[in-house]
Amino acid sequence: MSLVYAKNDWYAIAAADEMTLGQQRQTLLLGTPLTVTATDEGVVVRDDQGKTYPYQIKFDHVWTALGDAPRALFDIPEGDEPGRRCVPCGVVRVKCSPLRAVENFLDIAHFPFVHTDILGAEPHTEVEPYKVEIREEQDEVWATKVRFFQPKAAKSAGSGITTEYEYRVPAPTVAVLYKTCPPKPEAQDVIAIFVQPRGEEECDVWPWMALYDDESSFEELVQFQQEIFLQDRSILENQLPHRLPLDPKMEIPTRADMTSVAYRRWLKKRGALYGAMTEVA
Amino acid sequence: MSFTLYNWVLSGNCYKVRLLASLLDVAYETVAVDFHPGQQHKSEAMLALNPAGTLPVLVAGDLVLTETPAMLAWIAATFDPSGRWWPTNDARAMAEVMEWLAFSSALTATSGEARLKAVLDRPIDLPKALAGAERCFRQLEQHLVERRFGGGVWLVGDHPTIADIACFPYVALSPDGGLEHDAFPAIREWLYAIRGLPGFKTMPGIHELHELREGEAVHG
Ligand SMILES: [Fe+2]
Repeated sequence: MSLVYAKNDWYAIAAADEMTLGQQRQTLLLGTPLTVTATDEGVVVRDDQGKTYPYQIKFDHVWTALGDAPRALFDIPEGDEPGRRCVPCGVVRVKCSPLRAVENFLDIAHFPFVHTDILGAEPHTEVEPYKVEIREEQDEVWATKVRFFQPKAAKSAGSGITTEYEYRVPAPTVAVLYKTCPPKPEAQDVIAIFVQPRGEEECDVWPWMALYDDESSFEELVQFQQEIFLQDRSILENQLPHRLPLDPKMEIPTRADMTSVAYRRWLKKRGALYGAMTEVA
Repeated sequence: MSFTLYNWVLSGNCYKVRLLASLLDVAYETVAVDFHPGQQHKSEAMLALNPAGTLPVLVAGDLVLTETPAMLAWIAATFDPSGRWWPTNDARAMAEVMEWLAFSSALTATSGEARLKAVLDRPIDLPKALAGAERCFRQLEQHLVERRFGGGVWLVGDHPTIADIACFPYVALSPDGGLEHDAFPAIREWLYAIRGLPGFKTMPGIHELHELREGEAVHG
């Protein structure tokens, strides 16, 4: 049942700029081996039985859905704003539930401990109260007014600033964050992870950014994000249980984890249970 | 005298240079090279600098170094007046350090490759790489156990050397590729000792001593 639900979401399965004519990528999505081929008529996504699947190119990635009635792919309108630099950061494999990868991305409390001296620093470990809501109209989880002191919030940040964050979960395996843009305070940088579930306990993660930053080189921007994501990777792989527990009895969230609580409830309500545990094993 | 490091932040070999420079308190410039996903180390400009197409590359004036052990030796010889990190005035110690520098290449070819497969899905035979890494680890464990019997902490002599720095990253990072340290207690002690050095610098996948929460989930 959870697989049927998951099949009707769209997933990033390749970087668009790597899909040049004749290029092919073998991958795995929801346990289904896929071949992605760039032909002169566009991209072809095919499984081992020869069945083809729809695709679309959004946010610098190739997206596909395996189900017969896919839900609409969400939008990130900032990606089309002139002046922003869109930075796909490559793919990183992690042995963890796709839902764990999203939840970790939403968790602010770990910044000072895991991203020490970049996204957080001791003694600034306090997360001020913020607002979490499920926006019924869009059917998305949002956390807003999240404020946090950061020594180096972005590649473009010269020194420590208090950063304001907004988090958004537009689909079960996608998390988007909006944060104060150091060189352009009236705007927000956008950083997202598109999680491709290979199985319930393994995923390929595609970080992507849409930033205002004219100073840093593309290579520096990619590495800034890769450094942060790889700091999370070893922690993600060591989390137990491997699947995300959705029964409130299984893990007691701390006060700073309100977003996580809302995310878990939202998954449960939708039946988005691929990569989740619903009862004590 | 300073230098420029052509660097990829997630490379264990680039980290060896960053780590030694930090331990010796040497300032330097970096140029970010997009190893992944851009494959920029194989670009024309990088191949002109280093025909082998590997990272890191160290440039100091007209000196261009492409082999990590050579970079470590040059940095130590240039910036460590005590001569302890690269003990060239002690024939035996120098030769032993060179043994371990060669061994560090075997670590890159096994543990380092396993990590590239596990993290970036590079076309690598993972079981073979892990088996090779385990053989290397057993050899290293045996050596460190013998060293401890004699009161030694480091790979060679009574002071850390470039041998420790050359071997450290792909041992410390092996859990990224799926090889845990649990079965190697002497290796674990040695990793702790290196992390405790003044001026120690981390990289993603290697945590600072005070934030170690090994075997314990941080989130959730
Ligand atoms: Fe994180």
